Amino acid sequence: MSASSQWHVATVVDAPRITRTARAVTLSVPGFSGALAGQHVDLRLTAADGYQAVRSYSLTAVGADERVDVLVDRVPGGEVSTYLVDDLRVGDQMEVRGPLGGYFVWRPDDAGAVLLVAGGSGLAPLLAMLRARRKIGSTAPFRLVYSVRTPDDVFFPDELDGGASDVEVALVFTRTTPARWPRPAARLGKDDLVAPGFDAADGPTVFVCGSTGFVETVAGLVTELGHDPARVRTERFGGA
Amino acid sequence: MGIVTRGFGGRRPDPGRPLPPGQFLTQDFPVLSAGPTPDVEVDRWELVVTTEHGHVRRWSWGELMATPAEDVVTDIHCVTRWSKHDTRWRGVSVDVLLGDVETTGEFVLVHSYGGYTTNLPLADLLDGQAWIAFEYEGEPLEPVHGGPARLLVPHLYFWKSAKWVRGFEIHDVDEPGFWETYGYHGYGDPWLEQRYA
Amino acid sequence: MATHDPAALDGNALAGQLAFLGSPDVTSLVLRCATCGRTDVVARVRAYVTAMGSVARCVACDAVLVVAVEQPGGTLVAMPGASWVARS
Repeated sequence: MSASSQWHVATVVDAPRITRTARAVTLSVPGFSGALAGQHVDLRLTAADGYQAVRSYSLTAVGADERVDVLVDRVPGGEVSTYLVDDLRVGDQMEVRGPLGGYFVWRPDDAGAVLLVAGGSGLAPLLAMLRARRKIGSTAPFRLVYSVRTPDDVFFPDELDGGASDVEVALVFTRTTPARWPRPAARLGKDDLVAPGFDAADGPTVFVCGSTGFVETVAGLVTELGHDPARVRTERFGGA
Repeated sequence: MGIVTRGFGGRRPDPGRPLPPGQFLTQDFPVLSAGPTPDVEVDRWELVVTTEHGHVRRWSWGELMATPAEDVVTDIHCVTRWSKHDTRWRGVSVDVLLGDVETTGEFVLVHSYGGYTTNLPLADLLDGQAWIAFEYEGEPLEPVHGGPARLLVPHLYFWKSAKWVRGFEIHDVDEPGFWETYGYHGYGDPWLEQRYA
Repeated sequence: MATHDPAALDGNALAGQLAFLGSPDVTSLVLRCATCGRTDVVARVRAYVTAMGSVARCVACDAVLVVAVEQPGGTLVAMPGASWVARS
């Protein structure tokens, strides 16, 4: 039995609210180690009467053992995300299984170009890749296209500010834009996915994460743009 | 029991009356699907009853609609531990649909559009215990909940109430359905907590 | 038929339930669909993750490739629609 298939006791050490609907939750998890950027964990919550629920959350940072960072966005009516966003406190306990998944993963020794496409809280595993790249000083070309409804929905805006790093970040607002924003509010389209160094001919690895509808749409667009489907890796979010 | 997460589940309602062991009340109607929701047109819908001798009786949507239906108010219990009180359905009793079918078989394998199957004793489909339901809470049954029509056998765990029901195969022997093949109970009485085989 | 489906996730989502099968990573194993012959890594199948169990279906023909059920006695994994599984 490998460590990643066992349930570990986890204690909340930090849980700041980062938008109106989301919190960044940090757990201390003895026995948890070796996570790669893009991997996820299963969280298991047990109620006092024995009721249990399990949900998957992507890691938003890797590299520190015995520590799990996730981002939880409230899904209306979702029993687990609602609890985590509205009721969770520092010191609370739950269980963690992982790290999990070896496919939707960026490895630090990969120097090739990477196109990241996030819809909403689909940013989470892509954030882990951006953070891992920065931490090890990788020069692999990265571009992030990040689709959100309104400026208030951007997670970690300071960290993603293009001026602060050599990663190009393209924000796509689908409902409301900031003042004087050059691109009108609209759903993500082919034009948003085209940029020198990250086109199909450049052969980047493409990571797409978001709701099922978002991922289906983007996977279709990048395929139409000529990207090799074998280089397109997707992760659809369930939720609740 | 392992680690308890403080406050989790605290917003669940008090059931008010006893629930089967290990069940928790919900006010939602959770969706559990093991595959895509099939697109079933009512003008091509049929319910096919096949006996152990190979005799076939077919019901079209029009015939189903022309058959006297009943309003049913019942509690439902999912093996994933949620129960829901006083759900309101409208459907045709399976007694009516099997009334003129000659059989000595004791077991039924229920088939659905999309390929799902589940098994149960024929006796559990009779005597006012089971319906082909096509309305839920006064509205046509949504596809995600099994529309246009699902089996309703509320005295058993809800996976026996096959969504998108397409037919009954009556057999002399009990053949496991989809979840029953993978360890779920052959009968599934929630009050006896028959979750796993 | 096997097109957009809001209920479906990627095979990535099965990693937790299948982790007990061994390392390095079950979702990187390759499966062949016995119905249509498509081969793909587990991470790319269409996954229906439910509280009863998880069902992995072929993205091309919807055939049931893998079923995983966590029971009190342990986890059961069936591969009713896979003709083989390989480590690439």
